[in-house]
Amino acid sequence: MKATAPGVSGGDIVGLRPEPALETNNHRSEEPTPAEARLLRGWGRTAPTTAHVVAPRGPDEVAALLGVFDARGQGAGPDGHTGRGGVIPRGLGRSYGDAAQCAGGTVVSTEHLDRIGAIGSGGSVVVGAGVDLHRLICEVLPSGWFIPVSPGTRQVTVGGAIAADVHGKNHHRDGSFCQHVTSVTLATPTGVHLVGPHDDPTLFWATAGGLGLTGIVTEAIVQLLAVDTSWMVVDTERFDDLDGVMARMDQSDMSYRYSVAWLDCAARTSRRGRAVLTRGDHAPRAALPRGTEPVRLPRRPVLRVPVPAPRGLLNATTIAWFNELWFRRSPRNQSGELSTIESYFYPLDFIADWNLLYGPLGFVQYQFVVGDAEALRATVDTIGASGVPSFLAVLKRFGAGNPGPLSFPMEGWTLALDFPIGPPGLPGLLRRLDDVVMEAGGRVYLAKDSRLSPDALHAMYPRLDELDSARRRVDPEGVLRSDLSRRLQFAGGVR
Amino acid sequence: MNNAFGVPQSMVVLGGTSEIASTIVRRLAQEGCRTVVLAGRDAIALATAAAATIEAGATLAPTVTFDARAAGGAAACVDECFASAGPDVDLVLMAVGQLGEQMADEGDPDRTAEMVTVNFTWPATALTAAAARLRRQGHGRVLVLSSVAGVRVRRSNYTYGSAKAGLDAFALGLAESLRDSGVVVQVIRPGFVTTKMTKGRDPAPFATGPDDVASAVVAALGGGRLVVWVPSTVRWVFLALVHLPRVLWRRVPG
Ligand SMILES: Cc1cc2nc3c(=O)[nH]c(=O)nc-3n(C[C@H](O)[C@H](O)[C@H](O)COP(=O)(O)OP(=O)(O)OC[C@H]3O[C@@H](n4cnc5c(N)ncnc54)[C@H](O)[C@@H]3O)c2cc1C
Ligand SMILES: NC(=O)c1ccc[n+]([C@@H]2O[C@H](COP(=O)([O-])OP(=O)(O)OC[C@H]3O[C@@H](n4cnc5c(N)ncnc54)[C@H](OP(=O)(O)O)[C@@H]3O)[C@@H](O)[C@H]2O)c1
Repeated sequence: MKATAPGVSGGDIVGLRPEPALETNNHRSEEPTPAEARLLRGWGRTAPTTAHVVAPRGPDEVAALLGVFDARGQGAGPDGHTGRGGVIPRGLGRSYGDAAQCAGGTVVSTEHLDRIGAIGSGGSVVVGAGVDLHRLICEVLPSGWFIPVSPGTRQVTVGGAIAADVHGKNHHRDGSFCQHVTSVTLATPTGVHLVGPHDDPTLFWATAGGLGLTGIVTEAIVQLLAVDTSWMVVDTERFDDLDGVMARMDQSDMSYRYSVAWLDCAARTSRRGRAVLTRGDHAPRAALPRGTEPVRLPRRPVLRVPVPAPRGLLNATTIAWFNELWFRRSPRNQSGELSTIESYFYPLDFIADWNLLYGPLGFVQYQFVVGDAEALRATVDTIGASGVPSFLAVLKRFGAGNPGPLSFPMEGWTLALDFPIGPPGLPGLLRRLDDVVMEAGGRVYLAKDSRLSPDALHAMYPRLDELDSARRRVDPEGVLRSDLSRRLQFAGGVR
Repeated sequence: MNNAFGVPQSMVVLGGTSEIASTIVRRLAQEGCRTVVLAGRDAIALATAAAATIEAGATLAPTVTFDARAAGGAAACVDECFASAGPDVDLVLMAVGQLGEQMADEGDPDRTAEMVTVNFTWPATALTAAAARLRRQGHGRVLVLSSVAGVRVRRSNYTYGSAKAGLDAFALGLAESLRDSGVVVQVIRPGFVTTKMTKGRDPAPFATGPDDVASAVVAALGGGRLVVWVPSTVRWVFLALVHLPRVLWRRVPG
């Protein structure tokens, strides 16, 4: 067997540092999977840490690797010691903070879990956890299927989509990703479990949104969505204030499968709350003009940002210009426009590594959900009044949540904002927003978090004990651990 | 773990009774730092500092005693600090320093040796021990309180200044050696700061207080800038001063 060096996703690993060869110990597979010490960071590029990265060559190797950390946590893992450093899986590193990092421990890259099975007649497909959504779309679209839930980028693995229980613009109608997963194969320190919403629902729902803390998903069966074409029909409307756009979403979101609004949270009150609402559906064949090919596969990014931009490129002024431009180029009212999958779902994927535009300090994304409109208005006013610049925010109405104790979506309004690191008022602003969100019984999205406090986490996710009891069964020694679980002091992180 | 703004959850302060360090600790405790290990030579002063740390919001503030005149004890002191901190140490703050009495120090080889040990040998030894642990841990930050006194050494405090110059250079080298290890080293270069160290001395131009240093440090955590000057203007002042002809340099006040 030839050893493959781990090569976790492109832009997310910086500065390969040659370390002395690491001892790998494997009781079950014949040959060691090589481990390499690497500096890992999330999409926001804020708190890089070093871990030993291993890339098992298949599900069996994943199971063997976790099995090494036996019931007492005594086995010697690829980090050369007892697994006390912890283990966490990593997909494409598109979570913004530290969810897919494990400082001083072992990070398991899922890149070789790349199998896609045949599509069943009802549209279900067995997919390796390391398969990215771009590849999955390209594989299934020609036979008339689409992924059931699309996050804002295709550069996300199936494992990452399950572990964050990702949502898309169709949450109000279809729920989140794990609601379309019929089973997962979960490798844990105590063995491999096949779980689904009906088989071992406790473990299944703890894994949905569980950020890798219940085990490593090696494969999943995903229920696809039948589509007629690869085109979208899109209606766009512009609103001058927040109440207008919210009323509109309340009133008629249900008549579209997909709905999302871009919101300006600018400091100037005259502009605060103006919004562009885009809603759409998959286009039926009949909606296409004559001569249009019904299926066009999306392409990989064409542009690339080579190095981090200079400090301060994105500042209050340039961000205001960008927001202005975005608002102006949107039509006031347009319906039935045909759009491609890329430009409708993944406008940002056009440029690879666009996170580098935020410069060497990186950025944070703050995404929260609150049940009531009043709390949402309060957050938008708090952001505007703070004067801290943020890019156009994304506003979406969520449908009901699911049973996952760590799953983010819940009925209400969710808002996501990017903030470049730098303004001295930013940490305080985000703490004030935490307070508003907690007060309203809402929560922030952990896959995007890099700065929440342990206290706030425990208030926002009151059912963490359900995660803990699932973990006691599959990971009694608390081997599965990430920088995020250590920072937020849950799931075995000391508290 | 450090958050996106570089705010630690647990830190070790070497020189835990330093006024500058105490001010930084208070600010970080307010920002969410919960465990602060304070190491110093005076158990009673340490207990007072620990109480103030808890007052500011920390939940745990163990203390460790050492004497920086004995550099051989530095590694053991660091070990004890890490053991008291728990599983992770996110930040190590080096604040040990002694200004000395130039006229007395320069006439006395033993006093000179003590100055060099306290300001350079002990700190460099302790930083080496701490860096090894942080590297293994895969993350962390080291802040070293250097001084503009080491940027261009002057007659009136050359013993202190030269030891600080050594520590500053050591820290820059350490930073380079830890590149891409997940461990960040930042060198803080304050000008004159009104603390117990400078008590009774006339403030030099660009004098600041411990609060100014703490604000600059907290702001720098999110960045990772290698050298932090306080106030930031002294950077430009010293850029000029290092090239000043010696006859003029002698006349510069401070
Ligand atoms: C531009 C952009 C837009 C986005 N838009 C959305 C959006 O609209 N909606 C949304 O919900 N999210 C969105 N996200 C967030 C993203 O979908 C999630 O963070 C997702 O988890 C990233 O997947 P990944 O493969 O990169 O996982 P990583 O970032 O590598 O890992 C994320 C988490 O999943 C765990 N994990 C990874 N693989 C496995 C596995 N095989 N088994 C168990 N655990 C695993 C990791 O341990 C980690 O905790 C967006 C991100 C970006 C960068
Ligand atoms: N104040 C300034 O103008 C200024 C300017 C630039 C840089 N700095 C540097 O900033 C750091 C903090 O200074 P500060 O102003 O806060 O002064 P400080 O309060 O006197 O702090 C110095 C620290 O070093 C400790 N220390 C000194 N000798 C020691 C020894 N032999 N053993 C153990 N600990 C010893 C002191 O302990 P005790 O409290 O027990 O004395 C104190 O904790 C120092 O490194 C200093 O050089 C200061």
